[in-house]
Amino acid sequence: MTQALLREIIDYANRADPYPLYEELRKNPVSHDGNGPYVVSTYYEIQSLLHDPRISSDARNLKSTGDDPLGQSADDEGTALPPSFLKLDPPDHDRLRRMTNRPFGPPHAPHRVHDMRDELHGLVGGLIDNIATSGNLDRVDLVDQFAYPFPVTVICRLLGVPHEDEPRFHVWAETLAASLDPDPDGDPAQRGKGTTDARMELGMYLAGLIEERRKNPGNDMLSQLATADGPDGAMTTMEALSTSALLLIAGHETTVNLITNGMLTLLRHPDVLQRLREDPGLSVPIVEELLRYEPPVQLLPQRTTLSDIEVAGVNIPKGASLWLILASGNRDPKRFENPDRFDPDRKDIQHLGLGSGIHSCFGAPLARQEAQLALSELARRLENPRLLEDPPPYRQNAVLRGPRHLQIACDGVLPKAA
Amino acid sequence: MTGERTRDGALEYLKREGRIVIVGASLAGLRAAETMREKGFTGSLTMIGDEPYEPYDRPPLSKQVLLGHAVADHTALPRRRVIDADWRLGVPATGLDMAARRVRLGNGDEVEYDRLLIATGVRARPWPNEEEGSLQGVFVLRTRDDGEGLQRALADNPRRVLVIGAGFTGSEIASACRERGLNVTVAERGDAPLVGALGGVIGEVAAEMHREHEVDLRTGVMVTALEGDPSGRVRAAHLSDGSTIEADVVVVSLGAQRNTEWLAGSGLGAGPRGIACDAGCRAFDVRGIVTDDIYVAGDVARSPHALFGYQFLSLEHWGNAVAQADTAAHNMLSESADRRPHLWVPAFWSSQFGVNIKSVGVPPMGTEILITQGSLAERRFAAVYGYQGRVIAAVTFDNCRWLPFYEHQIESTAPFPPPYSTVDRRPEGNKPVPADFPDPSVPTHGPTITLSGYSPADRKMTFTPGR
Ligand SMILES: Cc1cc2nc3c(=O)[nH]c(=O)nc-3n(C[C@H](O)[C@H](O)[C@H](O)COP(=O)(O)OP(=O)(O)OC[C@H]3O[C@@H](n4cnc5c(N)ncnc54)[C@H](O)[C@@H]3O)c2cc1C
Repeated sequence: MTQALLREIIDYANRADPYPLYEELRKNPVSHDGNGPYVVSTYYEIQSLLHDPRISSDARNLKSTGDDPLGQSADDEGTALPPSFLKLDPPDHDRLRRMTNRPFGPPHAPHRVHDMRDELHGLVGGLIDNIATSGNLDRVDLVDQFAYPFPVTVICRLLGVPHEDEPRFHVWAETLAASLDPDPDGDPAQRGKGTTDARMELGMYLAGLIEERRKNPGNDMLSQLATADGPDGAMTTMEALSTSALLLIAGHETTVNLITNGMLTLLRHPDVLQRLREDPGLSVPIVEELLRYEPPVQLLPQRTTLSDIEVAGVNIPKGASLWLILASGNRDPKRFENPDRFDPDRKDIQHLGLGSGIHSCFGAPLARQEAQLALSELARRLENPRLLEDPPPYRQNAVLRGPRHLQIACDGVLPKAA
Repeated sequence: MTGERTRDGALEYLKREGRIVIVGASLAGLRAAETMREKGFTGSLTMIGDEPYEPYDRPPLSKQVLLGHAVADHTALPRRRVIDADWRLGVPATGLDMAARRVRLGNGDEVEYDRLLIATGVRARPWPNEEEGSLQGVFVLRTRDDGEGLQRALADNPRRVLVIGAGFTGSEIASACRERGLNVTVAERGDAPLVGALGGVIGEVAAEMHREHEVDLRTGVMVTALEGDPSGRVRAAHLSDGSTIEADVVVVSLGAQRNTEWLAGSGLGAGPRGIACDAGCRAFDVRGIVTDDIYVAGDVARSPHALFGYQFLSLEHWGNAVAQADTAAHNMLSESADRRPHLWVPAFWSSQFGVNIKSVGVPPMGTEILITQGSLAERRFAAVYGYQGRVIAAVTFDNCRWLPFYEHQIESTAPFPPPYSTVDRRPEGNKPVPADFPDPSVPTHGPTITLSGYSPADRKMTFTPGR
């Protein structure tokens, strides 16, 4: 029964609206049968497991992958790179995350994200200008024309990729992103090769850039990762590589989906879109509510137990695979009133959209700022936007869920504010 | 509120037109007032405070303020809502007539109440020798004025600061001094800083933090006398080991005394250990009978906690003041069946020498300690305290994200030593060791938690933890 439900959740046919399945799943806080993962779907249980030191993020602690409906392999990065801190436990996780945070956030770099604001504004403005000049406002793909290119460029700027190399970066990012979202009809051998090549090329490129930045450091994150000599010492080149690869992938796919899910939701709630048009400040609560209502990361499939533990009356043995369905916890009626309602005026909104605990989203402040800017500018400048297809076609990926395309039409594009 | 009214009617009347008086216009007092208004109390509300200021926040005083990062008069507590109160600031309450339901004020006024909330908190324990204590350059740190005065003295670049007592506040002061580049000596009667609150194992870590930051830490000694120069400025301190320390600023950080003297003779169960109340924040009178109309919250309260064997806990914790005020306010306006117990799990934070320290539960009840995550040597760890086979408390150094887990362990009386493994378990986390709290019959100044289980009428008994 659980396996059947899980298979349905994974099944592409349900990608556009998995929420009724989650509701079904929540009848049991922990679902399990046979040798698949233990699936946790209710808010409080997920929240406490995210703070539970008996839970590991290191795949090496998995007893067996068993019957994994996602068909993940332990080595899904498929490279010789050491695991990024996303897939490590303390103390290695803490050390790498701390070192990565030094150039990124408070207390050492409290201005980094804030100071990118003007740059982000410029990028958003430029992309919307491109939509205006593309000449075809009857059919605009908000993913390809906006939500997709925006975050990659942001990551490039953050890392300090020279502007002239950004186009190459976009190509690699796209290939890698596609590998996260396999097209079942494509040729897997062909795709596998493309991905490996892209990874190699990206890795070589980043390694070269790290070397270069060691000699000529700038104010970018890569320079600071490469030359760090804080209390934790320096990162090895391999560590700097896997960390920057993580920032690229995790900082990109999620933001695309946040922005796209956001526009889709707003177009489905024209009253809210209208309010945002009149008051860009509303983008702050809107993005928070979106992270609850349509989180880009639907579930965390890579946790494992270090001991036998009991969750909501279910005994989970040591070494078991745990799936935490964040998107389901976010709609748990025991936690949120009217959880299936999109309500940006909600006051009590401690959602799970960015996780919680030591692995809570590293890029959260940047993701929030990107999404707030993107949505408020789209709302302000697109005249009478409407969905051409609802639901839109989704990506294959059930974990990083979002539309593959978002076709809209609009009557015009207002000019950039002076 | 006449006898003919139904119980419901009486409560409705209280909510509509009753008179509520709060003595102690600080954190607990303010939060209680806000909660009462939130619950629809529309009667008259009087806030009595002996300090001239509107409620402000104390934790920054020993942290940001001493570093000069915040100004003492900018630590006003944010208001959650308008409370529309009659503020009597700068006037102490000097007496209580329980029978007539009246509070006497220092200026001769009297204020009548239907319900009274006492939130008078604690004050810094002064230097025992009054003459020495009044030398210029000798400070305590409890109030905004204290904070401002001390920060000004530190800004004058004294050649050496002496901190007497290495509890949380004393350690934070020492840390701030070092961050300002000042020479500082810390004298502590116990064997290590924070031993009273966290025990000797953690105290040793704290001691290393002091030493590594070049604090001149002296443990196992007492300051016996302060010496002034002819102009009345403090100049030196004499220690029980015969040594002398030249210092031109001395901070006396010897813990706190409860502000209960104004209740002497009132018949309320109030004394040096605070005001005893039931789990619903209702005060006991000296006969051990619970009152109907007098409530207590915050640092001045002592209340039994079901989770800790119904021991009476006095907590000088910010979070406790907020939670207890909320409960007291709720109960003051509720029928008995709707009243709630104050079941807050004690939690405390401190920040010193760049390390974020947090604890949950009641560490001094612990007899053993186990480092479950990280390592003492790295000063980044989580440790649990065991008491009779269960987890009774936990402390983290730079590791607070795990704390909710340990809080749940305490709430669910999880077994000690923990039978499970955790991420980041090191060899030192394989076996519990004695938590090493000092012998309770030898007082160390500065524990932030005092446990006792005595009748409120009995003021003479001494502190003994339930071991
Ligand atoms: C320097 C410092 C740092 C701290 N840091 C931390 C920390 O990091 N973490 C933490 O958890 N806690 C910390 N605390 C403790 C925290 O501030 C207290 O727990 C909290 O202030 C208690 O609030 P309260 O309202 O009960 O008492 P108080 O804040 O003490 O307020 C009581 C008020 O009543 C007044 N009063 C007394 N007697 C009378 C009278 N007879 N008539 C009228 N008014 C009277 C007092 O003057 C005072 O204004 C710190 C405290 C200090 C002093």
